[in-house]
Amino acid sequence: MKHRIAVTVNGKEREAEVEPRLLLVHFLRDNLGLTGTHIGCDTSQCGACTIHLDGKAVKSCTLFAVQAQGHELKTIEGLAAPDGELHPIQQAFWDEHGLQCGYCTPGFIMAAAYLLDQNPSPSEDDIKKGLEGNLCRCTGYVNIIKAVQTASRTMSGAAQAQPAASGA
Amino acid sequence: MAISTMIGAKIHRREDPRLVRGSGRYVDDLSLTNCAYLQVVRSPFAHARITHIDSDAARRAAGVLAVYTAQDFVEVISGAMPVAPAFVAEKKTVPDRRPIAAEETSYQGEPVAVVVAATRYQAADAAQLVSVDYEPLPAVMDLEAAIQEGSPKAHLDLPDNLAWDLTYADDTQRSFSEAEVVVKQRILQQRLVPMAMEPRVIMAEWRQADGNMTLWLSSQNPHFIRLFVGGALGIPESRFRVISPDVGGGFGSKISPYPEDYLVPAAARLLGQPVKWTETRTENIQATTHGRGQVFDVELAGRRDGTMLGMRVTQYLDCGAYVGTFGAFQACACLLPGQGYKFQQIASRTVGVLTNRVPTDPYRGAGRPESTHLCERMVDIFAAEIGVDPVEVRRKNFIQPDEFPYTNNFGLTYDSGNYEGTLNRALELAGYERFRQEQEAARKEGRLLGIGVSTWIEICGFGPSAATAPATGGLALTESSHVRVFPTGSVSVYTGTHSHGQGHETTFAQLVADTLGVPYDSIDIHHGDTAEGPAFGYGTYGSRSLAVGGMSILKAAQKVREKARKIAAHMLEAADEDVIFDQGHFAVKGSPDKRKTFAEVAFAAYGMGLPEDMELGLEAVAYFDPPNFVWPFGAHICAVEVDPATGSVELLKYVAVDDCGTVINPMIVEGQLHGGIAQGIAQALFEEVVYDSEGTLKTGTLLDYSLPTIAEMPKLTLDSTVTPSPTNELGVKGIGEAGTIASSAAVINAICDALSPLGLKHIDMPASPDRLWQQITERQGKGVSSGDGATQPPAPATSGELATGAAGGSTAAEPQHGGTSEAPLPGSEGEGGGLWGTGGEAPPPHEAGPQLGNNQEGNS
Ligand code: FES
Ligand code: FES
Repeated sequence: MKHRIAVTVNGKEREAEVEPRLLLVHFLRDNLGLTGTHIGCDTSQCGACTIHLDGKAVKSCTLFAVQAQGHELKTIEGLAAPDGELHPIQQAFWDEHGLQCGYCTPGFIMAAAYLLDQNPSPSEDDIKKGLEGNLCRCTGYVNIIKAVQTASRTMSGAAQAQPAASGA
Repeated sequence: MAISTMIGAKIHRREDPRLVRGSGRYVDDLSLTNCAYLQVVRSPFAHARITHIDSDAARRAAGVLAVYTAQDFVEVISGAMPVAPAFVAEKKTVPDRRPIAAEETSYQGEPVAVVVAATRYQAADAAQLVSVDYEPLPAVMDLEAAIQEGSPKAHLDLPDNLAWDLTYADDTQRSFSEAEVVVKQRILQQRLVPMAMEPRVIMAEWRQADGNMTLWLSSQNPHFIRLFVGGALGIPESRFRVISPDVGGGFGSKISPYPEDYLVPAAARLLGQPVKWTETRTENIQATTHGRGQVFDVELAGRRDGTMLGMRVTQYLDCGAYVGTFGAFQACACLLPGQGYKFQQIASRTVGVLTNRVPTDPYRGAGRPESTHLCERMVDIFAAEIGVDPVEVRRKNFIQPDEFPYTNNFGLTYDSGNYEGTLNRALELAGYERFRQEQEAARKEGRLLGIGVSTWIEICGFGPSAATAPATGGLALTESSHVRVFPTGSVSVYTGTHSHGQGHETTFAQLVADTLGVPYDSIDIHHGDTAEGPAFGYGTYGSRSLAVGGMSILKAAQKVREKARKIAAHMLEAADEDVIFDQGHFAVKGSPDKRKTFAEVAFAAYGMGLPEDMELGLEAVAYFDPPNFVWPFGAHICAVEVDPATGSVELLKYVAVDDCGTVINPMIVEGQLHGGIAQGIAQALFEEVVYDSEGTLKTGTLLDYSLPTIAEMPKLTLDSTVTPSPTNELGVKGIGEAGTIASSAAVINAICDALSPLGLKHIDMPASPDRLWQQITERQGKGVSSGDGATQPPAPATSGELATGAAGGSTAAEPQHGGTSEAPLPGSEGEGGGLWGTGGEAPPPHEAGPQLGNNQEGNS
């Protein structure tokens, strides 16, 4: 038996009939073609599938699509500005070489976005705590930490762009 | 060559914009119309006879298109899966591996049937309905028992469990008789899961009408897959296209062909529609090849003044149930046990043992981390025995910069090096002397501080055809490239290497920009599609992509440049020899205003009026066969503090000074080191595959297998020296595996140094808190008491601890392969005697446990 769901994904209303057991991550990838959200495990450990649900980071492999009914979702594809300009976190991952194979990257960026939303100037420890639910096999995490620090600086710089600019 | 502008520059990767946007294209992101999904039914037993398979219920399940077992594939897949002779050409007969088991299964996770259905979920449901009757057989799990006469066999029809037993050299008479000190140690290399974050994924499309097969798969070397799988399916290479697009990491686990690489295209052919298979993480841990899985018995002979004279090494390598296609390459550990030191004599012997585990195959470093680890451990054990600082022992024995090229005890020729140079720089960065003072003070307070040095060398850049063709069974590991210049001057480069995180699209474009003098942005790098570029590409592994692949690109680009120069001369009405290339222009010597841009020449190359004897076009193919391997090196230093109350290890400092010759992009080199060091630290402290005595995997998910998270990684201090390789024109070596090769020994040496006041001389990996806590408590004379709440370890002590008290030094336990000892050996079965000296519960990586859990809301 299928259920009708209506969700907002990256600002667009989407409706679909889904099996109750369909995982949200499969719904995003297979039904909506949003393949930037990845799957790296089957035990909710890796965080490759991290997206935002009503502004909070969630592992989309731990939710059924039907649980997203009525909610607002954001995936990695919805993070850059509508004109294509990279989000400061995406830019910082690029600038700091925070990715190698890139498989874990969308999940890290979405988790980092939530972290910086909650705590715009995290300490290194805060970053470690905030991203502990995401696994990366390539980078040793060194440049991921740097990327989040850089993003934190650019984002808070942007927030106070005027005074900072005049002071400099 | 043009004046370097791009080589050596920190260029941000051009791969990244697509990857940070989520616009990468990994195989599971691709789909085809009418694509069906395949699910593999796997053996739950390590060793069993299949007595009956009933797939009726599965066939009737919703959405099911087919259920296939071994007999269905008999007509479509021929022959056994390949096994490269590698460094053990005298190998005995090894069991034939077929992609699917027919009568007997020999490791947990071996395919016994496949279900194909319309959706992923339907395929997974129906797989549950396939009912297989098994008659369990004894599982061969213990290496030592496996090679005794009368042992059960890993396969019923084997004469014994010996895959090979090969002695490379056996004379140590002189060096050992001259010795004043002999130290001995058994050293374990536990099995590890490579754990690329993207599991394996395959999609196959068969076009019956014209007999064409296209296979998309997550692979490090698509051309080899085409060769092997095309051969088995009887499809010529001209009609078999393999595409390996964005790949989410490999680390060696995506080199060899896998059963599914055959089963998925065969199913697509049988069914007449596209088929896709996506590995789950659980399947990945169970059925993708593991790395390491070795035991070394080592003896080192030397003088009290610190001179090292001789070494004897025996490697016991757990092949698993079959010999992995490139599994025997791990025997190269036996060709480098002397590392960068001058030994009079080294004897080495490798023994491959068949067991009922998933096969082992290369994992980042493949044999080289093992040789560095064993040598660097032995140097420290020797230094402790003679009471000399381990740094001094290293200095005394290093091959000196003016002794290159240096031929080692096995006839391998090291190209260039300055081993002491990297060590000195690392010592300076680590503040070695100061740390020694702090350590002394801390020891007085009962604190356990330690510092460990690991100086490493490696063989990479595979490789010269003369050495590699026999090792692969005929195909030389050279590399090919095709450089195409289009009429308006943009450039496409096709390389036979494969990038899955290494950033080749960036590095190689830097190289071509300098060679042709054209803008970086006008160059595109292509890889991973066998339908493009030269006839054969050799893939990426063994830190070979730049030293071999980059060189073939350079050669092809130079051919293009040379032709362009001739065209320019013709255009400028000058003699060939009077025209010079200078940063993207061709100019007449002495008249710099008489010049043509590269783009003008490119356009002319496709027009009329070329020199009479010249073909049109501006493109070239080059194959590069290096004259030797390349030999990077470096020195890593780790400082730790061990908490005596919990056995947990804090990494206080980690310094790495490496030398990979000329560097094209320093940012990428550092990134490779970060990731590599993380993997070595993870082996030293956290990761371990554990099977029970029946062959059931106990670390089967990321819940039980402790992959380090961001919280476990220390700060790294990196520096480098540059000693160009004389082997190639670029002077480059390799860096992809360096971090992993060096780091496990640095960490373990530091831990052993920390615990040396307690008399500990060696600890095996992973040096988990429970293992260390047990050592500390026993040595402090407290004993392990469950009533002692204050020092209760975070996890139960492991059974099967290997050589627990077996110190190095002349008092060490004898190597125990005589079979008489009852001491706990690798694979001795305690309650759950997993092979590599542990059983029971998988230990958590540190006091607080692996913390792999969900930090985010909405997870439950
Ligand atoms: S796929 Fe969701 S946590 Fe791994
Ligand atoms: S970049 Fe490869 S897993 Fe993180």
